[in-house]
Amino acid sequence: MHLQKLELLNFKNYPDLSLDFSPDINCLVGANGSGKTNLLDAVYYLSLTKSAFHTTDAHSIKHEEALMVIRGWFKREENVDTVQCSLQQGQRKLVMRNRKEYERLSEHVGRYPIVLIAPNDTDVIREGSETRRKFFDGILSQIDSPYLQNLLRYNHALKQRNSLLKTFSDQGRVQHDLLEPFTLQLLQYGLPLLERRRLFMQEYMPLFEHHYRNLTDGEEKVFIRYETNLDDTNPEKLMQDNLQRDVALQRTRIGVHRDDYAFEIDGFSLKKYGSQGQQKSFLIALKLAQFDLLREHKGFKPILLLDDIFDKLDDRRMARLMELVSGHAFGQLFVTDARPERSARLFKDLSESEVVYFYVEKGTAVPVDEQTLLRD
Amino acid sequence: MQYPSQHIEKAVEEISKLPGIGRKTALRLALHLLRREETETSALAQALIDLRTKTRNCSNCHNLADSEICSICANPRRDASVICVVENPQDVMAIENTAQYHGLYHVLGGVISPIEGVGPSDLRIDSLVNRVAGGNSAGGGPKEIILAISPTMEGDTTAFYLTRKLKPFGIRISSIARGVPVGGELEYTDEITLGRSILSRTLYNTSGEDKE
Repeated sequence: MHLQKLELLNFKNYPDLSLDFSPDINCLVGANGSGKTNLLDAVYYLSLTKSAFHTTDAHSIKHEEALMVIRGWFKREENVDTVQCSLQQGQRKLVMRNRKEYERLSEHVGRYPIVLIAPNDTDVIREGSETRRKFFDGILSQIDSPYLQNLLRYNHALKQRNSLLKTFSDQGRVQHDLLEPFTLQLLQYGLPLLERRRLFMQEYMPLFEHHYRNLTDGEEKVFIRYETNLDDTNPEKLMQDNLQRDVALQRTRIGVHRDDYAFEIDGFSLKKYGSQGQQKSFLIALKLAQFDLLREHKGFKPILLLDDIFDKLDDRRMARLMELVSGHAFGQLFVTDARPERSARLFKDLSESEVVYFYVEKGTAVPVDEQTLLRD
Repeated sequence: MQYPSQHIEKAVEEISKLPGIGRKTALRLALHLLRREETETSALAQALIDLRTKTRNCSNCHNLADSEICSICANPRRDASVICVVENPQDVMAIENTAQYHGLYHVLGGVISPIEGVGPSDLRIDSLVNRVAGGNSAGGGPKEIILAISPTMEGDTTAFYLTRKLKPFGIRISSIARGVPVGGELEYTDEITLGRSILSRTLYNTSGEDKE
């Protein structure tokens, strides 16, 4: 599966743009701040109906404009699907596939799988458990659509229960019989999520370990420990025992919304004790394992977006990654690089892949040939 | 917009307060009324005034009514041993149109949703419990409660809460069936609905009768 063509109208810094892509390697070059990452984000948007970088949709609309449109042509085998995301200031986001609007955006997620490796990935190591849950939920949502439905319902029930706890606190009175249905809903939707997350880790870990070893030649043992405070032997009792504290804190303390994935290296916390290099390898292995898993479940290769990662990698890791590229481990690839001559040198020996370069500048992007970049 | 008459402007302002009607549609409606017979407008005005002043909620089931007790509760031919619990009066009309139900109703006035600040005390739940307890009817309470509440998460919560409240009375509590719509196609039915229909499948009846 690959993206043949992309059209943008008022998306971020692009007033009006139309680009045709290579099914193999697309390299976006240009100065910092020229909008290379925004192009990757447009591709990401088409796949997951949201920006990889902004939580507020309206921030994706070009400054002082009222409407933005992203349109893409995805080709798989002989079929071409058009996907269009549009957003008008103050209105509901609209996603259409082959000119037909989705009833629910969640139906779109996973059809055109994508993996993004970007500099802000380090958040997944440094930030709180929410970023890690989001990362793994993002993968699960792309391979298991009932999981996503369950997750959305769980979050809704959680919001209702917390809202109720707050009401109880305001009124100074707890109505246990009213809290019970929400508690049961949390278990009804939460227990399958717990089960699915456990199962997922069994499938994901070997892929992850393989990529980590491959990137580092290292002896160190990496591990991802799935942690939950929901005990599935007697969850009703657990919820019951924590009721008083829930009321006092006005939020639900037990449940899969508090799950975490501990990243470990030789039994120690990666965040506290891992070196910069180990952390980088860990992150890339996380993403490459995500890529493999999506490919296995979908039966075709996801699109891979590499945002500005050449700056972050040392020669050995770089070489390992290029081995994967030249060995056709990936399908369509989008790469950004502020130093055009570096990318041109890296890709020039890949005779079997079609490499296309785009020079990005001030809201435009034009194809350039490799020789021009090497001369500069 | 400039209106040639203050009265038209006033009418437009009032009509456009209705849901789904903007100022342009409101103006079209106002001008339409001006073109028609005067009696037609008076009849409309009178109907609106009567709607406000003469309809009320049935003191028994809270359905809309013209008197203290609604026409369904007052009908001696209705089966008082069954009460069908619904969210709002539109649901009563929808079920009445099926002509399949001959019992009584109870209109809750919504569903429980803490996010929107709707709790049990904002709904007619206490009066339902009273009816079941036999507090409102001389001939004893009902034998069966049918929950006909939308299968949303809030609807499920409300149904669960009601079931707990009504259980101590030892009556039969049922819920309307959920599943594939008649005339619908399986492949277009979402997984959750289809999954539920498989779980709560019914025995196939070859005698052609649909009663137990």
